[in-house]
Amino acid sequence: MADKKTIIVFSGDMDKVMASLIIANGAAAMGSEVTMFFTFWGLNTLRKAKKIKVKKDFMEKMFGWMMPRGTEKMGLSKMNYLGMGAAMMKSIMKKKNVNSLPDLLESAQMMGVKMIACTMSMDVMGIREEELIDGIELAGVASYLGEADEANVNLFI
Amino acid sequence: MSEIKLNLKGMQCPGPIMEVFKASKKAESGDVIVATVSDRGFEKDIQAWAKKTGNEILDMDVTETEITAKIKMK
Repeated sequence: MADKKTIIVFSGDMDKVMASLIIANGAAAMGSEVTMFFTFWGLNTLRKAKKIKVKKDFMEKMFGWMMPRGTEKMGLSKMNYLGMGAAMMKSIMKKKNVNSLPDLLESAQMMGVKMIACTMSMDVMGIREEELIDGIELAGVASYLGEADEANVNLFI
Repeated sequence: MSEIKLNLKGMQCPGPIMEVFKASKKAESGDVIVATVSDRGFEKDIQAWAKKTGNEILDMDVTETEITAKIKMK
């Protein structure tokens, strides 16, 4: 039986999300079943890059507007300098042949990594299901704990 | 039994290990995957991968610029 790994993606920083996706891809390649839980800022990883028209109140609109829509728009956790750091990092990664975040995300999904969006965070931040990429499950803390119980590695990023 | 050659030079972590994994899914028992990689971490990574997945490393050739590993599929 394949063993399990669980990763909680709390951060919405480009570098941290990248680390979580590399670990998820690697674990899947090692033959593990991987589940990623996206909560709070991490939820932005799963947002479609395109603006989706949904009904939101004022605060939700503000949140949606201020947070990055997808991995492509994320900033670095350090030395971001209003996005210049992230742009520089992307160009270096490209030059050194490191997979981009959208590629890593797609690859993880293709490898069968289970991705779960935290419904409470979605509600708080006003992110609707229609705004998320395909193939995402919606669940809460009990689902995560159920999976973590069976896992032998559990990370909080 | 056949030999599956993979040229994974230029690829960065986790690319090479994922390509070996994908090839292993298609391979049959007894097949040998020959992977040539330029990522230095691969030397240790492929050993961890083989141990975890129960496949056997037959040979490993490490030069200054690349690593070639022969892995026999279980």
